[in-house]
Parts: sequence; structure tokens; C-alpha cells
Amino acid sequence: MNQSLFVIILNFLVDSLTFGAVFMYGSTGEIITEKGGHLNLGIPGIMCMGGAGGCIALAVLAPVVPPAVLVIAGILTAFLMASVMGVIYSFLTVTLRANQNVTGLALTTFGVGLMKVLMSNKNLMKAEVYLVKPKDYFRWPFSLLQRPLQDAGLSAVQGLGIMFFMAVAIAIVASIVLYRTKIGLNLRAVGENPATADAAGINVTRYRYLSTIIGSGIAGLGGFYYIIDYMVSQEAYLSIEALGWLSIALVIFVLWRPHMTIPGSFLFGVLFSCSPFLAALGMNITMAAKPVFKMLPYVVTVLVLIISSVRNKRENQPPASLGLNYFREER
Amino acid sequence: MIHLAKREKMNPLAAWGIRLAAFVLGLIVCGLLAFLMVEKLQKEPGKILDFYKCFIDGISSQNAKSFFENRKLWVFMKNTAVLLCIALALTPAFRMRFWNIGGEGQTLVGVLAAIAVSLYLGGRKGEESLLPEWALVILMFFAAVIAGAVWGVIPALFKAKWNTNETLFTLMMNYIATFLVSYFLIIWVPSGSSALGKLPYGSLPNIMIYPEKASAPSNKYLLIILISLVLAVGLYIYMKYSKHGYEISVVGESERTARYVGIKVKTVTIRTMILSGALCGLTGFLIAAGLDNSVTTESVGGQGFTAIMVSWLANFNPLLMILTSGIIIFLNQGADQISTTLSVSGAFPNVVIGVMLFFIIGCEFFINYKICRSRDERKEAVR
Repeated sequence: MNQSLFVIILNFLVDSLTFGAVFMYGSTGEIITEKGGHLNLGIPGIMCMGGAGGCIALAVLAPVVPPAVLVIAGILTAFLMASVMGVIYSFLTVTLRANQNVTGLALTTFGVGLMKVLMSNKNLMKAEVYLVKPKDYFRWPFSLLQRPLQDAGLSAVQGLGIMFFMAVAIAIVASIVLYRTKIGLNLRAVGENPATADAAGINVTRYRYLSTIIGSGIAGLGGFYYIIDYMVSQEAYLSIEALGWLSIALVIFVLWRPHMTIPGSFLFGVLFSCSPFLAALGMNITMAAKPVFKMLPYVVTVLVLIISSVRNKRENQPPASLGLNYFREER
Repeated sequence: MIHLAKREKMNPLAAWGIRLAAFVLGLIVCGLLAFLMVEKLQKEPGKILDFYKCFIDGISSQNAKSFFENRKLWVFMKNTAVLLCIALALTPAFRMRFWNIGGEGQTLVGVLAAIAVSLYLGGRKGEESLLPEWALVILMFFAAVIAGAVWGVIPALFKAKWNTNETLFTLMMNYIATFLVSYFLIIWVPSGSSALGKLPYGSLPNIMIYPEKASAPSNKYLLIILISLVLAVGLYIYMKYSKHGYEISVVGESERTARYVGIKVKTVTIRTMILSGALCGLTGFLIAAGLDNSVTTESVGGQGFTAIMVSWLANFNPLLMILTSGIIIFLNQGADQISTTLSVSGAFPNVVIGVMLFFIIGCEFFINYKICRSRDERKEAVR
């Protein structure tokens, strides 16, 4: 295999991996929410608001605070802003018992709209302030290796930064918490059968609130990561919504296992960007192949959904009370 | 202590009072949000009245010579009609507790199929049509309805056979439909612009109720508006008075009950989703033949999702949906007007609609439940 071909392939794979981190955040967040029994279709809007929140924090703070504080502040604000969306969702669905699908869709409408209004504010959002300079901080320590990496032609490796590794860590920790701890067991019980969980003394309302709010916060980081680290572009915010829907697809694809989002998101990343890559390899790719490749993640997800329902193994099913609200007095 | 209890039935007048209060409260919050985000308002707070006036301006042209030429009003009615059609299409499925959130995709494949017929059997600009116009329109109709029905019945078949989660399945089908459209656009428009442009053949006829000006919006949109109203009444009768409608509501109430009384749940599921998908396809036909004469990935433009909210807000009552779809479009056009008048981002309407929906969704709680103060039993015992 010649050198340049190796470099092209490696760059493509690393790029797919870093792109996939967007889905890792989104899907891990949604899995935590869904395990509590809430199908939050507001994820696209939540990811948007996370992105907007973090970017606003950077725009305001970048001139005044040191790099390390800036990175932490950006991440925290993104998490916080997205959690606020989670609070709205859980207040409406848990306390006011509104329909989950309807609430989620309204949240997406609201979040996407508000983000666009905020991000298009040219006075506040100056690219050199909130994008260009903070980029290197977020990509630490790889930003220190900029020159040697570029010389080797491995520009994609620069995309591996703090937030990428954070995504991997969060996905793994989420799996451990969900499947290896008592809190996780309680949460899954709430998602499967809230009435039984309630009878066993688990505070259903608290679990549902917290799982939705924390899940939303994590998902919000995905939007922030996409703008600030993966794309580093002022137009990036326009395409977050589509990634949010893809994150919901990934939840099904990995059968509600957060750690599986790591390989899963890699695969989605490969499918999402493989037509220009194959063309770069000299393959004869027609224009028409592009939408077909982009369609594949959804088709594969549908197939996984079908196969898991045909095999009907208990551990591969959606949480039994997914999408249903719990009202104690209604038993 | 405070506890919640389900209300038996609320006085309808009081229920509408609560809804109206929520609506007004939502509008006030939108005004506050506008204050925070719109620079023009911060400079001149007096303009806040303009903010609300925009909602009126949004649905009525100032300088219209007559009702028939009032462009914005007719656009309002046309948009309402399209949204209403999709909402109606989804309703039978929702009544059955089959969460069909694939209205977007089912409508889009309808548009795609109708346009495919118009393109292959009709032709592009400058080409001779193979078929007379009326035959073409009829073929487009059938193509769209069949395509929508197929798109809707696929998730239903799997739901009936293996209990595959229909919410997630129909959601995914939306995106498959979107990329199917972009695939065909690349095939049909090899130049790379991916814009098909208006096709010359296969348009619904105009109804000339205002012959003074043939191009008046009333003439073009009336047919679609009438079709949507007929559909609303038809679906109301179907749901309320037909055997099918009864079966749907029994399945929705309790699948077990349905089975015990001998209703074939699988058949009902599949039949209802064919209907739901076909009606979505019909809407796609109306968009293709009545409005756009073209297809893009944005032909439905998210209305398939908005329709879910319309149907739910109307409590799945087809006649009430005329009102709820009207309200949504009213808000949409009003907020559109705001973004031009006050020069804010074009995304501002979504913020307004989102906030209003939160309030409207939230207020249903106060209609369905009452908050009671429970008596403290220990104190009671002492007495």
C-alpha cells in the first residue's frame, strides 16, 4: 500500500470517528432519557440550544478569561443551556403529563428557532472571538502538534481534542451507571414499569426528571462540540438539526447501550461522509450515490429495529413504558 | 397535602376559557422574548403594539381591493388547508394509539410520485405531453395515494406481525423519503443544481369564482380549501358513525377488549395505516398538482411534524382540527410578518410557535386534572 493512500484512508477514518462524537453525545443523552421512559423528540432542538449556549459563553468570555477556564465555562454553559430545555420538557411531560411526542416536537421547533436567532446575531457572534482562538484550546494537546501532523498529512488527527475523549468517556460511564449500579437499575425499572418501581419505593418523578435533564445536558454538548471543534465554522449551526435526528436513530441502532455508540457513531460517520472519500480514492462515484449513502444510516436503523423485534429478546427491546406518562392515581 | 385527580368532565366553556388564557399568556411571553431579542424594540419600546399588530397583518393584505384578491388571507387559508389535510390523515392512526409520526415522509413520497408521473407521462417545458391533462391529473392522483399508502403500511405490517415500535419506525421512514427525493432530483436534474423547476403539465384546474382577475389567489386556492373541508367532514363521519371508526376507537382504548369482542386488531392496524398513508399521499398530490408542480426535499417543509401537534391539540376531533390548524398557521404567518417588520432572523417564527405550543400543551393539564387539597387524616382522627 503506498504512503498517500494510507494517509487518505487514515484521515478518513479518524475524521469519521471525530464526526461520530456528535452522535455519541446525542445518543448517550437520549438513551439515558429513554431508559427513564421518555421518548424525547426534542433532542435536535436541545443539541442546537447546547451549541448556542456554549458559543455565547465563548463569545462573551474569550477576551477576558484564561484558556483552561474558557474551555470549562464553554462546556458547562452548553450543558446548562441544554439542561434548561430538559427542564421544560420534563415539567411539561412529567408534572403536567403532556403528550411526549407533541412536547418533544414543540421543543425542537423552539430550540432550532431560538438557536438560529441567537447565532445569527452578528454583533455578538464574531468568528475570530468564539471560533478561531478557542479552537486550539479545545483541541489540546493535539493543537501543539499542529506542524508535525500537517507535515505527515494527518490533518484529521487534529480533530481529536478534549471534547472527543470526553464523549467516549461519557458513553462508557453512562453504560456502567445504567447497567452496573443501583441507580441505573432503578432508572431502568422506572422506564420498564413505573407502577412497580413506585411500589418498590423508587421516586419515579425524581428519576424521570433527572434522567431527562442530565440526558439533555449531555446531548447539548454534542451540538457545542460540532460547532466549536468538528466544523469550526460559522455556518455549522445550520446543520445540527439533521444530526439530532440521526442521533435518535443511533439510539435504536445500538439497542439502548451507551458504550455501543462509540463503534455505532463511527459507522454512521463513515456512511455520512464516504461518498467524497470513495471519489478521492479514484472510484467512479456518481452524484446519485451521495443521497443513497446518506440514506443508509436510516435504512440500517430500520433493519435493526425490525430484526430486534423479530428476535424478540427481552434485553434488546425499547423500554416497555417508552413514550407513556405515569400517573399514580390512574392505576 | 396536595394531590391530583382526574376531572370527570369539565364545563366546555371553562375549558375554552383556560385555553384562551394560556393563549394570551403565551402571547405575552412571546412579547417579552421579542423585547430581549429584537433590537428595534429595545430602542423604541412603544413599538410593542406593532409586534401584536403583525399577527393581523400576517393574514390580511392591507391594500387588497376585494376579499378575492386579499393575497395573504388566501395564502393563510391555503396553508391551513394543507396542514389540515395532513393532520386529518394522521388522525385515524392516532385514535388507534398508533403513533404515526411519519406524515412528513408519507406526504413527501406522495409529492414525489405525482411529480414522477407528471415528468414521465407529461414532460418538461417545451415537450409534448403524452396524455391529455385530465388523464394525467388522475394518474398523478393515484400514484400519490398509492405511494403514501405504501409508505404508511410498511411500518404497520411490522407492527402487526412483530410489534415493531411504530413511533421509531415511522420517524426513520421520513428521512428515507427525504433522501429518496434528493436521489431522484439528481437523476432528473443532471446539471447539478438539483432544482427541478415548475413542470408544465398536470395541474389541478382553477375554480373561477372571481373572473375579474384570472390570476387572483382565490381562483387558484379555492379547490384545495374545499377539498380539505370535505375531507374534515368526511373523516368526522367515518370516525364517528362507521363500523371502521368504531373498531379504531376500541383498539385505541384497549387492544385486549378489542380482541375479546372479536375485532381483528392486526387487520384494523393495517387497514387504518393504509388509510392514513393514502390521505397523506392525497395531500402530497394536492401540493404537487395544486401548488408547486415540482418537488424538493422541502416540499412538505416540516408540516408533517406540525400536523401531529394540530391533531393532538384538537383532541383528535377532525372538525376541531380546522380551528387548530388555523391557529398554528395564524401564528406562523404573524411571526413571519414580525421578522420582516422588525427585521429579526427568519427563524423567529419558530420561537414564537414553540413558546405558544408550550403554553397550549401545558394548559391541557388544568383541563384534564384538578388539584385537590387532601384532608389531613391524622387531624381528622383527633377530632
